Amino acid sequence: MNLSAWVRHVPIAVAALALGLGGCGKKKDDNTIVVGHFASMTGPQATFGISTDNAIKLAIKERNAKGGVKGKQIVLKTIDDASKNTEAATAVTRLINDHGAVAVLGEVASGRSLAGAPIAQNAKIPMISPSSTDPSVTDVGDYIFRVCFLDDFQGWVGAKFARENLKAEKAAILYDQAEPYSSGLADYFGKAFEAMGGKVAARLSFNAANLEISSQLQTIKGAEPQIIYLPGYYNSVAPIIRKAREAGITAPFIGGDGWDSAELAKNAGDAINGNFFSNHYAPEEPRPEVKNFVEKYKAEFGATPDGLAALGYDAALVLFDAMDRAKSLSGPDLRDAIAATKNFTGVTGTFSIDDKRNAQKSAVVIEYKGGQQTMATRIEKK
Amino acid sequence: MSELLQTTINTLAVGGLYALIALGYTLVYGILRFINFAHSDVVAWGGWLAFTVAGAAGWLAEDGAPVFAVVLVVIATMGLCAAIGVTIERLAYRPLRSAPRLNVLITAIGVSLFLQNVGLKLFGNRPRSISAGTALIRNNEPIAAFADVRILRFDVLPIVLSVALLIGLQWLVYRTRMGRGMRAVAFDERVASLMGVNVNRVVTLTFGLGSALAAVGGILFALRVDLQQTAEAAWVVLGLKAFVAAVVGGIGNVRGAAAGALLIAFVEVFVHTYIVKAFPGRLWIAQLQDIYVFGILILVLLFRPSGLLGKSSVEKV
Amino acid sequence: MKSLQERVAALRPSLPAALGRSALPFLIAIGLAYLIDAAIGPAIGATWRKILLDVGIAILLAGSLNIVNGYAGQFSLGHAGFMLVGGYTAAWLTFYGGIHWFGVKGTYGGFLGAGQLLFLGSCVLGGLVAAGFGALVGLPSLRLRGDYLAIVTLGFGEILNRLVQITDRQPKRVEDVQGRSLFELANNLGGAESFSQIPGYTTLFFVYVFAFVLLVFAYRLKYSSRGRGLLAVRENEIAAEAMGVDTTRAKVVAFVFSAFWGGVGGALYAHQISTLSPGELSFQKSIDIVLIVVIGGMGSITGVVLGAAILVILPELAREFADYRMIVYALALVVVMILRPQGIMGVRELWDTSPWRRLVQRLRGGQP
Repeated sequence: MNLSAWVRHVPIAVAALALGLGGCGKKKDDNTIVVGHFASMTGPQATFGISTDNAIKLAIKERNAKGGVKGKQIVLKTIDDASKNTEAATAVTRLINDHGAVAVLGEVASGRSLAGAPIAQNAKIPMISPSSTDPSVTDVGDYIFRVCFLDDFQGWVGAKFARENLKAEKAAILYDQAEPYSSGLADYFGKAFEAMGGKVAARLSFNAANLEISSQLQTIKGAEPQIIYLPGYYNSVAPIIRKAREAGITAPFIGGDGWDSAELAKNAGDAINGNFFSNHYAPEEPRPEVKNFVEKYKAEFGATPDGLAALGYDAALVLFDAMDRAKSLSGPDLRDAIAATKNFTGVTGTFSIDDKRNAQKSAVVIEYKGGQQTMATRIEKK
Repeated sequence: MSELLQTTINTLAVGGLYALIALGYTLVYGILRFINFAHSDVVAWGGWLAFTVAGAAGWLAEDGAPVFAVVLVVIATMGLCAAIGVTIERLAYRPLRSAPRLNVLITAIGVSLFLQNVGLKLFGNRPRSISAGTALIRNNEPIAAFADVRILRFDVLPIVLSVALLIGLQWLVYRTRMGRGMRAVAFDERVASLMGVNVNRVVTLTFGLGSALAAVGGILFALRVDLQQTAEAAWVVLGLKAFVAAVVGGIGNVRGAAAGALLIAFVEVFVHTYIVKAFPGRLWIAQLQDIYVFGILILVLLFRPSGLLGKSSVEKV
Repeated sequence: MKSLQERVAALRPSLPAALGRSALPFLIAIGLAYLIDAAIGPAIGATWRKILLDVGIAILLAGSLNIVNGYAGQFSLGHAGFMLVGGYTAAWLTFYGGIHWFGVKGTYGGFLGAGQLLFLGSCVLGGLVAAGFGALVGLPSLRLRGDYLAIVTLGFGEILNRLVQITDRQPKRVEDVQGRSLFELANNLGGAESFSQIPGYTTLFFVYVFAFVLLVFAYRLKYSSRGRGLLAVRENEIAAEAMGVDTTRAKVVAFVFSAFWGGVGGALYAHQISTLSPGELSFQKSIDIVLIVVIGGMGSITGVVLGAAILVILPELAREFADYRMIVYALALVVVMILRPQGIMGVRELWDTSPWRRLVQRLRGGQP
């Protein structure tokens, strides 16, 4: 193709595509309610988005079978943000403007929630993040909610469990320096552990992109801690625990909800046993909500739902509950209804939305025994 | 004392791993004078292919896999990666042999993105582990332990393998006819072809060789720290460090790559361990690990642009 | 018979005319940007407004990189590093400064009110700090040959990334910020956590004012003696040196200039998506910018504008095929490099192409 042909064809192609796009937007049907979901369906953190999206689909399917909300069927529109902040902003813009979403669910990663939240806030469309634990997410504005607990609470849970259940005096902290989630938790854990009279003997960092951590492990070994706090995502946690055991470190590890994945036990092998992590729910809890959810999810998607799925499910349920109570489905009415959520019982426990639009709830601590997750204890809110 | 020994072993293990990957960069750069950005993705594919091959042969799940399984998997993976490397060269790089270097570099980035994303489709986007719970390489047990020092199997493996492969490569480049051809093409491609060297064959061989070494590097990395998904920054950073090692040692120079790899590993593991020890209360000092590596790169390039063992060349007009 | 000097003096325009001619394109640029903001922006809906913003920022980033990669032929892979410096500097000024001087988080004041002036100042400051870093990197490393420069700039970008990671947490409540001085807060950039709640000042107007101003600069540079010197460096450095071009100086100046605009781009980016994190501005982002330049045509101003538009809009349209878009994107890149190594436009500009000339001729009523 020579240059003139390029110049002739490119604008035509762009114009045609633009027309195509213009045509596919604004499909608003009066008999349905559109709920938007922005998630990382592709890219490095695709597993998070897919888990959450599956659970939301399940919640909507169940609800529609019961007749939907206010006599209308609910339609889910999911837009992929490819695990990127900029695309998250575009995704929320599109959900609200092109698809007419009355509310937006998302994201897992706090960074992307923070990128999407200002847009929802400006458009006065409520947004519920299922699992962004960074405290500043809901600070963005009064339309931004979440149904998970916060990092400071989770760090405190880890510290309380270490001090009271494991009777640890001396802890080491090993966190991922490039991961906001990890460095945040490490901070909160350290503060809480020291406030409870413990001592942080070593505080080290690693970079998930550079898992050469032999020098860190050696320092930890020298510090002789009774527990090691390792807040990270399961993909880096598995090799670290294995290498720590190989290096002769025997103290148990304690982690956060980033550990929650079936892959962790598979990838870490025997080394995973005897370690703990705090989580939103435990799949084998005997409560009826949990049983019902786990069964249906397994039947539909063939896997045990992880914490992210449970939170995605609860986020959708909180939204439907608010829709039922709201005077209308306009942004401000729906917002008020979500803010008034009290003692809501979902898969991840019973919780209320507080005046900072966060969920007040408890956490569970899970222990690995024989390669299986087993619930160790439940720790109530402070 | 035992800590010093342990740190030294760790350093050597990491250095051996970097050296294997650095060799791929150095070979290609020596001959074609361009940075093969896709090399780190071939490394990643090496790890994943080994995992796939072992799984397909049924050596991943059961306990009774034969001892020769390991050797077979490694050799099969080396072959597959060599094929990938040769194909990339043939399809993407050869048409650009006489194009500006920038174009080749961009093409390499394109190839790298392609391998990453096809890898995501083929191998999935969940990290895996080859070593845990598999018969392939059952345990990373200490093969020797005295006092507090543990010499682990996966530490010895990269050291032994990289030394052996280095010696082999040295022999190939300096003692064989093919090696003479490689050196001739590296010296002057046009004159070499006039002297009867089949340049295309030499380039193909170089890519095959570099990619086969990358496969070994990928497997060793995967054994040490698990298989990250192909689009994960871990591979890019691994490739980047290996490349830095090649540049620091003097790119285009086989022994230089090894020396550079050792230096980088020394700074990253050895120096880092003792710096962290010297400043126990300073959190941020513990986070400087990567900065040392790039710092060394910049220092070496500023004061000795041709690298530690590289020959400086004057560009003639 | 007049002397040569007299004849030259007679040709020289008067001072007001010269100033006018020099400032006119900038005034037009501001007018155009206002038009885009006031007329086009409201008409196309929020989604396309967001995409148009992204295109403008991409033009700014790629247009500035074009000066180093396109004009001077130096391969820089660290442009995201300059974005990072500019973005964080500007965010620091508007977030903490806004709380100090206006007492509020978020935007303050109306069109060209105090808040927006602070934002404009923060963009310029971000650009200047980035330019300073540009000099710091460029002075030593531009003596190196092409692909070494790529690696050094890449390494530099990664170092900046790690440096941001070791900064302290960002205090987000007004009362936490008010008690502390701005300089003290310069270490509170949020570390690996994002620097968030950056006031959303970026509008189409600001993006396109900066983009158009950069384009005017780039155009003038390309056809000035300095710019021709850069193009000479790109074609053959030794020959350029022999012809009296101070090559290192030319390269450093281009690099610093490019870093400045990269910093401005980062500032606009920060105030657009309201959150900055070091992970987002790693070398993957640098590569994205390089691709725009390469696809558009290295050294071509209109080519880069076209490249920015295509590379921002096409993936957006292909969102439905999300799974395969990266594979297609990568393949397209390789194919373009093989079949059309000079990019869409090469070094030429839109007005150099024959369809354009024919169009102009037809408009003038002549025979094509």
